[in-house]
Amino acid sequence: MATHTSASRTAPASRRASPPTPQRGRPKSPYPHWFYLPAAVLYSVLFLIPTFASFYFSLTRWTLFETEFIGLDNFVTFFQQPQLVTGLTNTMVYAFVTSGVKVVLGLLLAVFLTSQIIARDWLRSVIFFPVLVSTIGVGITFQVLMDPQDGLINDSLALLGIDGPGWLTDPDLALLSIAAVDIWKGVGLATVIFIAGLAAIPGEYYEAARVDGASSFNTFWHIMLPLSRPATATVIILSLIGGLRSFELIWAMTRGGPGFSSDVIASVIYKQYQAGFYGISTAGNVVLFVVVTAIILPLSMALNRREVDA
Amino acid sequence: MTRGGYRYWAGTLGIVATAVVFIVPFAFIVLTSLKNRPEANLLEFSWPSEIALVANFMEVIETRDYMLVIAFINSAVLTVASVAIIVVLASMVAFILQRRKSRWTPFVNFLVLSGLIIPPAVVPTIWVLEGIRMFDTMIGLILIEVAFGLSFSILLFRAFISTIPREIDEAAIIDGAGPMQLFFRVVLPLLKPVVVTVVIVQAVQIFNDFVNPLYFLPSAPTAQLTLYNFQSQFSSSYNLLFMDILLITIPPLIVFIFFNRQIVAGMTSGAVKG
Repeated sequence: MATHTSASRTAPASRRASPPTPQRGRPKSPYPHWFYLPAAVLYSVLFLIPTFASFYFSLTRWTLFETEFIGLDNFVTFFQQPQLVTGLTNTMVYAFVTSGVKVVLGLLLAVFLTSQIIARDWLRSVIFFPVLVSTIGVGITFQVLMDPQDGLINDSLALLGIDGPGWLTDPDLALLSIAAVDIWKGVGLATVIFIAGLAAIPGEYYEAARVDGASSFNTFWHIMLPLSRPATATVIILSLIGGLRSFELIWAMTRGGPGFSSDVIASVIYKQYQAGFYGISTAGNVVLFVVVTAIILPLSMALNRREVDA
Repeated sequence: MTRGGYRYWAGTLGIVATAVVFIVPFAFIVLTSLKNRPEANLLEFSWPSEIALVANFMEVIETRDYMLVIAFINSAVLTVASVAIIVVLASMVAFILQRRKSRWTPFVNFLVLSGLIIPPAVVPTIWVLEGIRMFDTMIGLILIEVAFGLSFSILLFRAFISTIPREIDEAAIIDGAGPMQLFFRVVLPLLKPVVVTVVIVQAVQIFNDFVNPLYFLPSAPTAQLTLYNFQSQFSSSYNLLFMDILLITIPPLIVFIFFNRQIVAGMTSGAVKG
């Protein structure tokens, strides 16, 4: 079993990162850096290199085999053509709406699901399960449920005498309808993260509040809300990243339509790719990269600075 | 109002509300998948007059020369291979990251976090894959899923490794273990709980992945891609379409029934610090 005896005899004496010794044969660390290598190779080749390359290729007219440098033309096109600009604004709307609702609803549901109610575990499971289901499946199902004539939603509204709108066929509604489905599918994850955050609050705070005669609302506002800030930060960041990059649900439900009223940057990237405009498609990726980084980095720094220690 | 009273009426309200919002859609999937074609196309939320479970099942499976079977097999291969590689690679990285603080550490941390935020650049990735002749191949897609799944898995592993006392490492080293033995024989077995979590979370995510097979393995059927293609194929056979949705929902459902706790623990531990 002892194969590296010389290394192991010196290892206990210098197992933390050893200072460089003048003689040859620096004692080997049991935590060799080459453990990084396989992952690093894969990650660099299939993620880092394409990311860097995208900045170059977004400045070209590209057919995958030949490139023609055209400077910022792709970006000019991107911001001039209405269908492409709509993608940008829709992405922001979609991301902030879904994120905002998931945060608020998730926290409320978490508070509800950590209180003393019956069937609590079952409720948590039911709310969380959609997170695990195929996005395409969810998209198709709700597309059918939202059918203006035969869909279950409008049929149910008709029973109440309400004329249901064309959820996915009305250009003004399509994006928000998809956002609603996104929230349906994703709020369970937010709720579960909040439940974990709430569980980390020591019971003494609640005891003290009860002794002081605090109302439920005060307990919520002054104890639960501030002390679940790490969870809140996490939910905000995760749901924003997901919302900004969202593609599958929108594609499954409307393909960006009607027209391009529910296009987002990710679907624009795909459409341009399908049409063979690889340069513009990559420019779209660069735009998405800039948008996500510009929003998430400052947000993440701001949120992490304001953590309250329990 | 008594505490006991609140328990019951709030709970009941919750059950009713979640039933309407969260269960009805799934019930609709099941009901429609059991109907025969004309009834299914009415898109009603009603009990089927005759249960065509087996007939629909057979018809969906046989469509396009058993494409669905091939798709499930491909998805299974993709999922198993990707998850296995992710577990090994991510744990190795997390191990060094957590145990050895060097000047590389902040850099690696930065790279890991950027993997969570930065959206992959699609066409340049295809360009790279073309360059190494792996575009539109299963192995190319597997490597892609690994590359994209590393960040989250590394975070999960690192958090867990920090709970393993260094004394265990030291004991093994004194016994003469080299790095490979230390990691694979001593540490990795201790990581079993988080390995289970990573496996489950990544498996569900990769099985449900639609975008990456769409871009990087367009010519081969995988489960999600097939469902997407059947949307037009079955546009007038909703019973078959929903049978497909039902079949695709079954693997995550099984995982959920058995491993709910690990999934929730995994998704929250990586998320909530402390």
